Amino acid sequence: MSLNELTIAEASEKLRSKEIKATELTEACLAAIEAGNKALNAFIVVTADKAMEAAKESDKRFGAKSKAGIRALEGIPLGIKDLYCTKGVRTTACSHILHNFEPTYESTVTQNLWDAGAVMLGKLNMDEFAMGSSNETSYFGPCISPWRAGNSTEKLVPGGSSGGSAAAVAAGLCLGATASDTGGSIRQPAAFTGTVGIKPTYGRCSRWGMVAFASSLDQAGPIARSIKDAALLLQAMASHDLKDSTSAGVPVPDLEKALGQPVKGLKVGIPKEYRVDGMAAEIDALWQKGIEIFRQAGAKIVDVSLPHTKAALPAYYIVAPAEASSNLARYDGVRYGLRVNGKDITGMYEATRAEGFGAEVKRRILIGTYVLSAGYYDAYYLKAQKVRSLIKRDFDQAFEKVDVILTPATPTPAFALGSQGGADPVAMYLNDIFTVTVNMAGLPGLSVPGGRSAEGLPLGLQIIGKPFDEGLVLRAGQVIEDAVGRMPIPAPWWREGDAAQTKRAGSVKTPAKKPAAKSEPAAASKAAAKKPASKTKPGKKLNGAS
Amino acid sequence: MAKLKIDEATVKRIAHLSRLKISAQEAQSLERELNGILAWVEELNAIPTEGVEPLTSAGAAKLEMRADAVTDGGRPSDIMKNAPKSEDHFFLVPKVIE
Repeated sequence: MSLNELTIAEASEKLRSKEIKATELTEACLAAIEAGNKALNAFIVVTADKAMEAAKESDKRFGAKSKAGIRALEGIPLGIKDLYCTKGVRTTACSHILHNFEPTYESTVTQNLWDAGAVMLGKLNMDEFAMGSSNETSYFGPCISPWRAGNSTEKLVPGGSSGGSAAAVAAGLCLGATASDTGGSIRQPAAFTGTVGIKPTYGRCSRWGMVAFASSLDQAGPIARSIKDAALLLQAMASHDLKDSTSAGVPVPDLEKALGQPVKGLKVGIPKEYRVDGMAAEIDALWQKGIEIFRQAGAKIVDVSLPHTKAALPAYYIVAPAEASSNLARYDGVRYGLRVNGKDITGMYEATRAEGFGAEVKRRILIGTYVLSAGYYDAYYLKAQKVRSLIKRDFDQAFEKVDVILTPATPTPAFALGSQGGADPVAMYLNDIFTVTVNMAGLPGLSVPGGRSAEGLPLGLQIIGKPFDEGLVLRAGQVIEDAVGRMPIPAPWWREGDAAQTKRAGSVKTPAKKPAAKSEPAAASKAAAKKPASKTKPGKKLNGAS
Repeated sequence: MAKLKIDEATVKRIAHLSRLKISAQEAQSLERELNGILAWVEELNAIPTEGVEPLTSAGAAKLEMRADAVTDGGRPSDIMKNAPKSEDHFFLVPKVIE
C-alpha cells in the first residue's frame, strides 16, 4: 500500500515509530495528486512548496530528543475545501466573483489544524458557495468521483457541495479533508464516495474565516476514510472561538476515547417518516441491515416519530436562500473580488454580480430576496422559521426516548454527471431530503459507509445525535464500520501512466504548480470564464453520454 | 398565502433588488424556475403553526458577552489588499454624488 492510502491513525503510528517520514508521506500525496487530479479535478490549487515546508518542520519535531513538540496531527497531509480562508492562498468558494481573492488571514478551523501539526496540500473543489449536491456548479468545472458503476466508464458525481473533499479522500489524494455542511454537504458526498463525514453540532466549530452561505445552518466538519480519523480531525477542528459569536463554549470531549465505550443497551431510534415514497429498494435494504447490525451489537431498537420530516426541505429552501441573499450582498465589486464596470454605481453592482455568480447562486439569491421582501416575509420566511421550530421539537421529543437515530444518508447512490437538476432545480434539492432536518435542528449528523448498491457503489448510513453528543454519534458509527468494514479505495482508473509508481519510489520533485496553474488561467481570463459557467446546466450536453 | 405567482415583472423587480443584471431570456427561464420552487414550498401551508414561535438559530439562545475592548485593527493595507480599485487606502467607486 502506498503511503497516501494510509488512514490518519495508521500514518500517525508510522510517523511516531519513525517507520516513515512526514516528508515521504506528503510527497506520496503530492504524487497521487499529480497523477490523478487531471481526471478527478478534486484540487483546484496545490500548495506543494508550503506542504513540503510543513512536512519538514514535522520531521524536525519527530526527530527531536523531546517528544513534547509532537502535536496531535503532526505531519498529516490534508486537503482544504475552498470555502476556508487560507492566508496568502487563493480562496474562491469556487465562484468567479472571488476568482482572485487572497485572504490576509486564516480561518479558525484551518489554524487549529496547522496548530495541531497538519500539512496543507491545497484547496479542494466544491459547488459554488456550497450551493449544490453534485459539485457541478463549481466555477472550476465539476469534480469527478473516483467510483464507477460496475464496469461502466460513465462519469459519476462525488456529491456536493464538498465534492472535492470527498473525491480527494476517497481516491487517496490526501489522508483527510475539511468540508462544510449547510443542508447535507458533508454527509451526502461522504455517502456517495464511501467516506466518513461528520457535521458536528451547530456551534461546535468556529465559522470564522469560512465563506458564509446560510449562517444559521453552516457548520464545519471533516471527511475521512475511517470513523477514528473523523474523530481525530474533528477533535482538532473544534474550538470555542470569540471571533464567532455562535461558537459554543461547550468543552470538546476526548472523541477518540469515546470510540472505546460499550454500546450494549444503546437506544437507537428508527424514524418511520424517513421511509419516503419512491425510496430505492436497496436503500431500504441498507437501512434494515444497519438496524440488524445495531441489534447484533446489543443495542435496543426503538421506533420514533419525526412528523415534520417532509416539511424540512421546503422550509430549508426558504431559510437558506434568505440567509444567502443577505450574506452574498457583500459581493459588490468594491472591496474584493471581481468588478465589472457599469454606467453608474448601481450598474457596476449589477454587472459585477451578473457575471460573477453562476446560475444556481443567482436562483437562490432571487428566491431569498423574494421571500424576505415586503408583503411576502410572513407568508414564507416567518412560516418557514415556525416550521423549523416544529422540526426541532420533533427531535427533542424523539431524544427523550433514544440516544441516537439511524437513517439512510441519501435516497439514492451517486448519479451520473449532468443527469440531475438540469431543467428542474428541485430534483437536485431532493438529494438532501434525509440530511437537511439535522441542519434545521442544529444537531450532529454522521455518514458512514454501510454497504454497496447493486452496481457496487457505496451507500451511506446516517447517525443523528443529541446536541454536542458527537462522541456517541461517532461511537455508533464505529458499530457500523466494525460490522461492514472500511470502504476500500476503488481501482485507480484516474491515475495517469505510472507517474504515481515512480514518484512513490522516492525522489519526488515537487509537482508544484501544475494542477494549480491549470485552474488559474480559467479564473483569470474572461473568455475561459464562459466555459465553466455553462457547466452549471450540463443537462442537455452530457445526458447523451449516459 | 394562496397563489403568489411570480410574473416576469416581479422577476425583474427582485433581480433589481438583488442587484443582479438579467437578460430577457434569463428572466423567462427564471420565471419558470422560481415558480417551480415556490409551488413546491407551498407544501408548508398545510402545516398548522398557530402559536408556534419562529426558530431563528439552532445555536444558544443567549449570545455571550465580552469586554468592550479593541481586539483588532490598524492594518489598512491588509484590508485594501484585494480591492479591485483603490487609492491611498480608500476604495474607489464610480461617482455617486453629482
